Amino acid sequence: MLRISAKTGEGVEAVLDAIVERIPAPAGDPDAPPRALIFDSSYDQYRGVVAFVRVVDGVFTPREQLRAMALGTRFEAQEIGFMSPAMRPVQELRAGEVGYVITGLKDVSELRVGDTLTGEKRSAAAAVPGYKDVKPMVFAGLFPTESDDYPELRDALEKLKLNDAALFYEPETSQALGFGFRCGFLGLLHMEIVRERLEREFDLDLIVTAPNVAYRVKPMNGEWVEVHTPADLPDAFDEVEEPYIKASIIVPKEYVGTVMELNNDRRGRFDHLEYLSEQRVHLTYEMPLGEIVLDYYDQLKSRTRGYASFDYDISGFRPGDLARVDILVGGESVDALSLIVHRDFAFERGKALVEKLREEIPRQMFDVAIQAAIGARIIARETVKARRKDVLAKCYGGDISRKRKLLEKQKAGKKRMKQVGGVEVPQEAFLAVLNLNETAKR
Amino acid sequence: MAARHLYVHLPFCSSRCGYCDFVTVVGRRAEHGGYVEALLRELELERTLLADPLESVYLGGGTPTLTERGALEHLLDALPPATEVTVEANPETVTPGLASLLAGRATRVSLGAQTFSPALLETLGRVASPDDVRAAVYALRDAGIDNISLDLIYGIPGQEPADLARDLAEAVALEPEHISAYELEAKPGTRFTHAHGAELERQADSMESYFERVVETLTSAGFRWYETANFCRSPELVGGRDLRAGHNLGYWLGRDYLGLGVGAVSTIESRRWRNTPSLARYVSSLAGRKRPPREVEELSRDVRVTERVMLGLRLDEPLPLAPLEHALDPVELERFAKLGLVELGVVPDRRAEGGDPGTLTLTRRGRFVGGGLTARLLA
Repeated sequence: MLRISAKTGEGVEAVLDAIVERIPAPAGDPDAPPRALIFDSSYDQYRGVVAFVRVVDGVFTPREQLRAMALGTRFEAQEIGFMSPAMRPVQELRAGEVGYVITGLKDVSELRVGDTLTGEKRSAAAAVPGYKDVKPMVFAGLFPTESDDYPELRDALEKLKLNDAALFYEPETSQALGFGFRCGFLGLLHMEIVRERLEREFDLDLIVTAPNVAYRVKPMNGEWVEVHTPADLPDAFDEVEEPYIKASIIVPKEYVGTVMELNNDRRGRFDHLEYLSEQRVHLTYEMPLGEIVLDYYDQLKSRTRGYASFDYDISGFRPGDLARVDILVGGESVDALSLIVHRDFAFERGKALVEKLREEIPRQMFDVAIQAAIGARIIARETVKARRKDVLAKCYGGDISRKRKLLEKQKAGKKRMKQVGGVEVPQEAFLAVLNLNETAKR
Repeated sequence: MAARHLYVHLPFCSSRCGYCDFVTVVGRRAEHGGYVEALLRELELERTLLADPLESVYLGGGTPTLTERGALEHLLDALPPATEVTVEANPETVTPGLASLLAGRATRVSLGAQTFSPALLETLGRVASPDDVRAAVYALRDAGIDNISLDLIYGIPGQEPADLARDLAEAVALEPEHISAYELEAKPGTRFTHAHGAELERQADSMESYFERVVETLTSAGFRWYETANFCRSPELVGGRDLRAGHNLGYWLGRDYLGLGVGAVSTIESRRWRNTPSLARYVSSLAGRKRPPREVEELSRDVRVTERVMLGLRLDEPLPLAPLEHALDPVELERFAKLGLVELGVVPDRRAEGGDPGTLTLTRRGRFVGGGLTARLLA
């Protein structure tokens, strides 16, 4: 038992000694060709990409020509050193040591966490095993609120990706939301963190579309492909699979019933119930990930007065009876609003979504039909009735300028809306799908 | 080119209506004569801007008919002659004496009736009673005025559909040549907006049916709906007379106009200016034979095109597209044409290439949403 205080620092040295004593020294050959695993990196405006490395073999020195083994990027180490905790340059980093390498690289995509650095002259034969590639399971479209911010969003994602190997993104074009990125996340928390960082660290204003999961689809007579956007699910396919999770919920026993009800609604398959104490119950379920990405956690919390705790692990892909529900506004399909749902829920979700959209889409100068469809079959419909009056009351010589300014304001307001089939759709409408489950269930 | 339309502002009122945002001055009868002198001096300074003869003169306010009798008479006699001379009048000021003063000098009188419901008149803060309106019309008729316009306001807080129906019926029964019917506007900064703004917002949706009722009632009573908020007796019912307000038509057709008086606005070619709203500064500048202080706005070509479309689409007549075509979104034009909101007229003798693009007219249905259509066509 060591007595230490993190607050005053008392006893910390004893901890360090204990670590040295009990944890075996790193095994590595100081005489072998240099090899170092990049475990993190950051970007410095003046010095370029800074790699944080664990030296496995050999010795690294400043001004040495280095190479990233997987990407093949070559550069000269401008400075190497330790973090203590500020950067402290040194003349060598040896096997078993952890430090940083200033690469001078200006393009963040030239170096990747998990890659291995080695000497250009004395090269290692094999890379360090690195990290297991994590597969993103939750996807959402990220679009800048102002379309001019697209380059900023791209740069921001590049920089985030530097030390977040699990973040996946590819350009996405939505006819409704313009240019953006389809991003893949490990899970909901990851998505939340990325969004938060983009908005706070990079000062971006974002529209995040409703998240969906990755699907595996076997098109008619085709090969299995992974689909990250509902709009990409073909109309006809042989089979489709969706990711499942093993959900683990701990809850006071009086809420067991309500949690079970919620999980059944979300296509959960009961697995196990265990009393952890007289009051607390541990429930495990098999559930489709697609059923929890929207608002499951909020629902769980609100139905258990905040007492439930929830955790999950991906357990693999399973076949599902799924269909793509398209939303048509004024007869035109709106890609950003398509969703993939279990056929049993398609009608209910489609109906709830068109009802929600009817509230979100302002009245236009003509009737606007909002429809939900599976393929060519319309499953739900609502109409936004036309406006019957949209005029400025009076306009005479004395106030032409004022009226013109009103008109210009009106014009500017319209520019911020997205036009779909001649219908002005406010950006909020694209978020309607986010609150959908709640609407459908009540 | 010289302006063919002259506006003259007479700011004096007996009390200020809560919803009004015009430049007005309460009381100060002793200053009326001096103000009219200032007006005539401004006219002298700007006379070169005016065409001869004028198409229209419009005396607005304020309450022009509240101006001290001698001063008003002097002004009317001193103004350049015009085909149409309109004087705005508040009903309670129209005595047989005033009517006969106007008869020889004005061709048209515009009466601010607003509503025939005493309670709603009180909400508006109007002085006149419904009987004053009727008495004023009779006095004007007796004096021989054969072109009377009544102003009505709808959407007054507390106004029920039945109140509106009665207002329209009362107005039609007085057989005016012209009716202006405005939805009550919550103009920023007015006392009225402060007191009733929330109520006006609440009732916004029901104003759709009010507007429809106004148009329905007046068109079936033989009025031509020639501008968004203006109606005149159909020419076929009055021996072909065009009873549209010639002066206001000038604004809607994008013509140049000169405005005299405090707060008056002029637009001549690419320049618009507004005289100082301060009565004292206006009068003192002109006493020294100097132009009053003005706020000048230069109108770019784009702005003029925007205004031409905004104003022109308020009318029931075709808007020639030739000078405006590039400003309008062709996709929206075609869409609205398909939806039956606009009609595109092609000039019959359109030359093969680069010919006249024709005209744009809003359909009846389109005119109810003309503001929104304009915004989208210009976007």
